[in-house]
Amino acid sequence: MIRIENLVKSFGPKRAVDGVSFNVERGEVLGFLGPNGAGKSTTMRMITGFIPPTEGKIAVGGYDVTESPLEAKRLIGYLPEAAPAYPDMTVHGFLAFAADMRGLTGGAKHKAIDRVVELCFLDSVLHQGIDTLSKGYKHRTCLAQALIHDPEVLVLDEPTDGLDPNQKHEVRNLIRELGRTKAVVFSTHILEEVDAACTRAIIIDRGRIVANGTPAELRGMSGLAGAVTVSGQGVSADKLAPLGRVEVADGAYRVFPADKAAAGELAREVAALATRESWRLEALRTEEGQLDEVFRRITLPDTVKK
Amino acid sequence: MISAWKTVRTIARRELASYFTSPVAYVFLVIFLLLTGFFTFTAGGFFERGEASLASFFGWHPWLYLVLVPAVGMRLWSEERRSGTLELLLTMPVTTWQAILGKFLASWAFLAIALALTFPVVLTVNVLGDPDNGVIATGYFGSLLLSGSYLAISCMTSAMTRNQVVAFILGVVICLFLILCGFNPVTDLLARWASPAVVDTVAAFSVIPHFDGFQKGVIDSRDLFYFLSVIGFALFATGVILRNHRAG
Ligand SMILES: Nc1ncnc2c1ncn2[C@@H]1O[C@H](COP(=O)(O)OP(=O)(O)OP(=O)(O)O)[C@@H](O)[C@H]1O
Ligand SMILES: [Mg+2]
Repeated sequence: MIRIENLVKSFGPKRAVDGVSFNVERGEVLGFLGPNGAGKSTTMRMITGFIPPTEGKIAVGGYDVTESPLEAKRLIGYLPEAAPAYPDMTVHGFLAFAADMRGLTGGAKHKAIDRVVELCFLDSVLHQGIDTLSKGYKHRTCLAQALIHDPEVLVLDEPTDGLDPNQKHEVRNLIRELGRTKAVVFSTHILEEVDAACTRAIIIDRGRIVANGTPAELRGMSGLAGAVTVSGQGVSADKLAPLGRVEVADGAYRVFPADKAAAGELAREVAALATRESWRLEALRTEEGQLDEVFRRITLPDTVKK
Repeated sequence: MISAWKTVRTIARRELASYFTSPVAYVFLVIFLLLTGFFTFTAGGFFERGEASLASFFGWHPWLYLVLVPAVGMRLWSEERRSGTLELLLTMPVTTWQAILGKFLASWAFLAIALALTFPVVLTVNVLGDPDNGVIATGYFGSLLLSGSYLAISCMTSAMTRNQVVAFILGVVICLFLILCGFNPVTDLLARWASPAVVDTVAAFSVIPHFDGFQKGVIDSRDLFYFLSVIGFALFATGVILRNHRAG
């Protein structure tokens, strides 16, 4: 549904987005990760047609965003980063305006408003002025606006920002649910959301894509991935050493396999060794790797990188 | 085409409603009516003239609008830029010109409402004497075109900045220029240095001579063309400014 080819955006001499290409198909939820200023919002603004790209092509549902912007924009529901909404309107008035703009009338409009009010839990503030809403409710109002026409493509810039833990949970579930039938791109700084909602994630740094894969693949890039952690009485580093490189961490021993592909093998070998040596094990587990470690390792500038 | 016009109407309706949900609109209407009353009856010497016409009423409009219209127009785009709703609006299925037209028409309608509320002046002169109501009608028409021109200019300056005060000041300055370049004391001054052809060219840009025609009861196609081109040009410039802003 979304096809992006070699997208570039320059602000003066600065290249905020520098040659980004990716596709998102129906049924996919793409998580967009990256440090502050990486170019996530800029990319999303170009997908939704708010700012024109300096170079490159974007097509949404087959429509080129620069050449047929109206057709492309009809397919998209967009939650901008700051979750803007007209402060002088009530929540209901604002959603009715959004419905009008999407060409919904009569019964369809009422149904659409009722649907998004329920999805975004706005019932209690329906007739409140937007300028008096709390941050989270304002955010949800803007999210509701993005969903009003049941779009095929959703572009959500930090959809869970400012929400309480319950609402974060609800919105993640909502995104995953919507992702079954739509193409969804959302950006976030919360790495757990990648596991909770994404089918695929992209890490972008200084305008370039530095990683692209399923959450499991990304975790696999961690130095920790495949290591076996073992703790208990009698465990000794010397005995573990033949199996791989050994580190001591928090009273536990961590064995790193020489070959990552053979990770499952390593755990069995450690278990066998423990039986032979009659260690009294308290814990034995294979590490999956942690996203935050991967994120830090590939997005820190070289000077800070260990 | 029909759906394009519907979008314009949706935007206009929202914009007009937003005037009336804030007290600013009512304050504006009161000030406008008080000032027209003051200028017409006191400073304009309505009664002293001893004639049944609204010359003293319309004569002040270019000056009155000079401050009041930029005050109405200054928020049109600066506010959208400041609060980020510009991004929301322009990523909905609208073209930039639909958005510009919708917002412009809404605030023009607001000014038309303000102007319509001066109807007691018309009643008064009809009670006191026997005015030519055709002239009064063209006068109102000219006044509406004048406010539309100022408004389009304010719309343009509003697109330039996210600061409403800056938008207001820029709007007043440009509108003032449009008054002054045809204002007699200024043209007389200019005539001392420049050839009459130059003076005439400069004066042709002024709103005053074009506005005067309507007050005499004449709808000249050149005057009409002048006001419509000012509106057209300023709205076009608004579009260019918004596009450049988005391009970064
Ligand atoms: N209108 C603009 N003019 C100049 N520079 C801009 C403009 N918009 C964005 N930038 C720059 O482009 C870069 C990318 O910004 P962007 O907002 O896309 O980052 P982001 O990945 O969304 O960051 P965050 O996580 O903080 O939201 C930043 O360095 C920013 O300063
Ligand atoms: Mg951002």
